[in-house]
Amino acid sequence: MLKLKDLEKKINSELNTKVKNSKIKHNQIYLEIISENLIDTIMILKTNQYFKFRQIIDITAVDYPESDKRFKLVYLFLSHELNQRLLLSYYINENQKISSLTKVFPSANWMEREIFDMYGIKFTDHPDLRRILTDYGFEGYPLRKDFPLTGYNEVRYSEDEKKVVYEPVKLEQNYRNFDYESPWEGTKYIKEQTKK
Amino acid sequence: MAQKSKTLNLNFGPQHPAAHGVLRLILELDGEVVEKADPHIGLLHRGTEKLIENKTYTQAVPYFDRLDYVAPMNQEHAFALAIEKILNIEVPIRAQFIRVMFCEIGRILSHILNITTHALDVGALTPSLWGFEERETLMTFYERVSGSRLHANYFRPGGVHQDLPRGLLDDISKFCIKFPKIIEDVESLLTDNRIFKQRNVNIGIVSKEDALDYSFSGVMLRGSGIPWDLRKSQPYECYNQFDFKIPVGKNGDCYDRYLCRIEEMKESVKIINQCISSMPKGPIKSTDGKISPPTKKDIKNSMEALIHHFKLFTEGFRVDKDEIYTAVEAPKGEFGVYLISDGSSKPYKCKIRAPGFSHLQAMDYLIRGHMLADVPAVLGSLDIVFGEIDR
Repeated sequence: MLKLKDLEKKINSELNTKVKNSKIKHNQIYLEIISENLIDTIMILKTNQYFKFRQIIDITAVDYPESDKRFKLVYLFLSHELNQRLLLSYYINENQKISSLTKVFPSANWMEREIFDMYGIKFTDHPDLRRILTDYGFEGYPLRKDFPLTGYNEVRYSEDEKKVVYEPVKLEQNYRNFDYESPWEGTKYIKEQTKK
Repeated sequence: MAQKSKTLNLNFGPQHPAAHGVLRLILELDGEVVEKADPHIGLLHRGTEKLIENKTYTQAVPYFDRLDYVAPMNQEHAFALAIEKILNIEVPIRAQFIRVMFCEIGRILSHILNITTHALDVGALTPSLWGFEERETLMTFYERVSGSRLHANYFRPGGVHQDLPRGLLDDISKFCIKFPKIIEDVESLLTDNRIFKQRNVNIGIVSKEDALDYSFSGVMLRGSGIPWDLRKSQPYECYNQFDFKIPVGKNGDCYDRYLCRIEEMKESVKIINQCISSMPKGPIKSTDGKISPPTKKDIKNSMEALIHHFKLFTEGFRVDKDEIYTAVEAPKGEFGVYLISDGSSKPYKCKIRAPGFSHLQAMDYLIRGHMLADVPAVLGSLDIVFGEIDR
């Protein structure tokens, strides 16, 4: 069995220019790549005789609204033979489309649908890019940081109309988010004031 | 003149007793043969991941109970492990033993539910009556240790919430003596039962290759003959101290998966017995006051403990900036938590990897070409629970 360090070196040498950054932490390999040659990179990881990352565990996205490249995409791989895990990631712009992995891993289908549903990231060549977890006819992308926790619409059964109706969210009390940061360490607003 | 065959669309669920919850399965039928299955999920979507982002780490734990609600503590375990790895805190050995014991109880809970409802779906009523009685006993163990039958909130980052009440170990050990007999009884009703075999053998066969391609884990993978169990291959907690076997199937059909689950329950009983016989003494949570809350007694006597208590339950503890994926072998397969912390007391992102999600995804592949009557059998053997799939 390859040691984790050797494996990381091997991956770096096989993929060479495609890798932007790699490190080992928590017994896992973290690999940052360039988004252009995604399919090639993943094909190599899957089929190369030294790695055999045969299984995709999950795909997910992370939203960083402040940064230039808004979304980070993360792919989690597992190699049963080497008993190693790999976290592959890259950054994309808000409207950038990325290629779908469904041809390489059939199970990527729903994972990508979920990302589309939650973050609004579009995948090219995806056979069936529909929403998956949210309601039929839902609008907005719930896991984006600018989507409010309480959402926009609520549903209830209307006795008068004898059907389920959608209404804008009405809260008896606003969602309260307390600032618990220690005043001795300086709360956020004081920090911002002193910065100015 | 030959009539043109027309396919029939059938809505299976969301209110169907064999749909194991709120699955809406749209089936395209040609006569009785299923041509296509399109599962519509999300009817139980609660936005767990969004909620977790807005809660402190301690407040997020109960959400994990509500994922796979038939084995709550196994889920909490993955989350607790993720935080512990980032913070690099040592969990006392007694806490580790308690955790392993309750994880195995959770595995038995889940497998009883699955085996018996699977049997129910294909026409056997009695196993569920017998099995649920045992589940009730197990849930009283949950209740005695955490105060709640289902939503335990018992595994906390750094250990477990409180020590075992007096007499609990004896009662669990009594259960372990009695339970193998119950498994035998259930097996006597199912394993060689002609109808049960006719409904399950050679139904929903998964090859090794496809099991990997479809991201299967847990019993779905082992049923197809791949010896892979995270408790053995990537041991977490103190699993490497126990002696247990990993049952592996041969044909990858519904019947083999049923057999794997039966054997796993027997192994779980073995692990629980080992836990009880060598349960060490000592603290049950990390002694670091910045992570685990002080006892009531300390709060009354120590100013520092009082401050810790106040800070832990208002702001919560902070977790350094990091990114981690941890997985545990939950009863249904690999349950993972991908956590991004940003140095504050709330997670920046928490992606939950539910095993059932990828299993249900393969429904179309599994059922295509089978008869309509095989749908409940395959669904039953997938062991799906909508709490975790819809999140």
